[in-house]
Amino acid sequence: MSAALLQAFSMVFEPYTLLVMVLASFYGLFVGAVPGLSATMAVALLVPVTFFMPPIPAIAAMVTATAMAIFSGDIPGCLLRIPGTPASAAYTDEAFAMTRKGMAETALGAGLVFSAVGGLFGTVVLIVAAPALADFALNFSSFEYFWLVLLGLTCAVFITSDRPLKGMVTLLLGLLVACVGLGNPAGFPRFTLGNAEMTGGIGMIPMMIGMFAISEVIRFAVDTLPPGEIVVEKVGRVLSGQWALAKKYPVQILRGSVLGTAVGALPGAGADIAAWMSYAMSKKFSKEPEKFGTGHVEGIVESGSANNSALAGAWIPALVFGIPGDSITAIVIGVLYMKNLNPGPTLFTTNPQNIYAVFMLFIIANIIMIPLGILCIKVAKRILRVPRNVLMPLILLFCIVGAFAINNSLFDVGVMLAAGIVAYLLEENGFPIAPAILGVVLGGMLEENFITSMIKSDGNLAGFVSRPIAASLAAVVVLVWIAPLLKKLWSKGRRTASSTAA
Amino acid sequence: MKFNDAVFGLILLALGALVLAVVRGYPGIPGQQVGPALFPGLIAVGLCVCGALLLVKGWRERQAMAWMRLGDWAASPRHLLSAALVIGSVVFYIVASERLGFLPTASISLAALMLAMRVPPGRAVLIALIASLLIHAAFYKLLRVPLPWGVLTPIAW
Repeated sequence: MSAALLQAFSMVFEPYTLLVMVLASFYGLFVGAVPGLSATMAVALLVPVTFFMPPIPAIAAMVTATAMAIFSGDIPGCLLRIPGTPASAAYTDEAFAMTRKGMAETALGAGLVFSAVGGLFGTVVLIVAAPALADFALNFSSFEYFWLVLLGLTCAVFITSDRPLKGMVTLLLGLLVACVGLGNPAGFPRFTLGNAEMTGGIGMIPMMIGMFAISEVIRFAVDTLPPGEIVVEKVGRVLSGQWALAKKYPVQILRGSVLGTAVGALPGAGADIAAWMSYAMSKKFSKEPEKFGTGHVEGIVESGSANNSALAGAWIPALVFGIPGDSITAIVIGVLYMKNLNPGPTLFTTNPQNIYAVFMLFIIANIIMIPLGILCIKVAKRILRVPRNVLMPLILLFCIVGAFAINNSLFDVGVMLAAGIVAYLLEENGFPIAPAILGVVLGGMLEENFITSMIKSDGNLAGFVSRPIAASLAAVVVLVWIAPLLKKLWSKGRRTASSTAA
Repeated sequence: MKFNDAVFGLILLALGALVLAVVRGYPGIPGQQVGPALFPGLIAVGLCVCGALLLVKGWRERQAMAWMRLGDWAASPRHLLSAALVIGSVVFYIVASERLGFLPTASISLAALMLAMRVPPGRAVLIALIASLLIHAAFYKLLRVPLPWGVLTPIAW
């Protein structure tokens, strides 16, 4: 173990990796702070560049860029009332109300400090939980994996979306895309339309660049709303008063971090859902709920720590089972496969040094977030003034080159464009995108485990529940499926009961 | 651009039926009950079920929700042009980059897009040229991505 730790240490503290981390930090802070560019987009645009790096610097770039982007999304939310990333949307109104009251420094400082605290909390859980879970997962067979993948996909549709039917549609579309090509247990070319490039399947990375970046560029192009006005002129000492806040709200910080890590670990739910849930919880349990919405810092403290802890939480299922916790880890899994670091429990036994290195990267990223975040807040006014009508065309060109660079193929550029247009149309019409991504990433795994299990049990479906863990997972899946129905029946029953009583 | 759910329902029903028709032709594996058609077949059935549900939902809401509703941008030529150019410049790149080369294709697309998005002409052209050169240098020289030279092949560096 110590040899692996030392090796991890030398990989992380290599000048090249450190330089990559610093550059990725500035990049993440910038992308997060520009409204309309999300943390997921930051990672999707990074992939073509990380493609040319060794594994650890590549992961370092993605971990730091996301952590920074999720924090810096608070900045335009606070100063312009436009959330920089969806993860900041939950408390944008609150932060802006604080700015109006002349408390922008406290709001931004709370966002920064408690983001770092939440991020470190999530990292500790990742360090403790992931190896233990991996140990447990080593006994899993195709039956358990089948149910686990199905559980992940089910959660993405039923728990994390308020429109299960539409979530189901995007999930099925994602699964269908995953069917394209030779990559099935029979090795038969499916839906290739006779095209040689499609036999290899639809490239995941070009698709993600399209879904997360091209769709944003299209959204900007058709956006008719005028740009927001910056309210504050100068932001000074952001750290003052944060210690007092930490002493005043310890329960809130802990609750936000725990909820964030748990929501992050749930497949399909990411930092944005963690932030919304946490903000709602903070208001519900607050001693002064009437102050929420008027420029009160409590909700920012709690949901600010939740959205950053969710990032580390999302890595738990990604590393242990290869099941992404959110759309960012979905991209990361793609990169891990490209780097021959196939995620799964064996990664912990065969390459422990890489896992330790990932843990260290998380710790460093959350610590350097404070000084770099302060710097970013200080120059925030300038970042917010970067004209987006110049930036968006540049991002478009970068997307084109990035999609091309993965396989040096123009076909991938076409895939990117198609995915971008489809994602834009789906999102405009209330279809959630996250289930589609999970469907594409997990489709192959779901089918492979399903077919292997079917062959093993000789086509007998009872085989799927013959092992205790598989049966328990199956029960949970069924429960999640019928929960909305039970809830409906329950409320109907209560309504009938109250009307008869009246 | 918002559509009534029924429109999506119809599209999904058609897609599901198409997939079912295609997978019927897939071969079975001798000695096994499960072949390459099973999984996409199940997905297609799912798509049909969801499509039918959306169709019913959309039909019920047809008074409140029009079959298609365009955004404010549809009435603004500037926004229409920007959106068309975003999609158009990717298509232009796919069609023209091999023959024309990366640098001219990228510069033309960037300049056109920025002009449509109301960047002053001089600045738009200058930024388009510099950005194309920088991205080319980063990807072609540093990352060794074979971006095409096209008409500039004689002066390739």
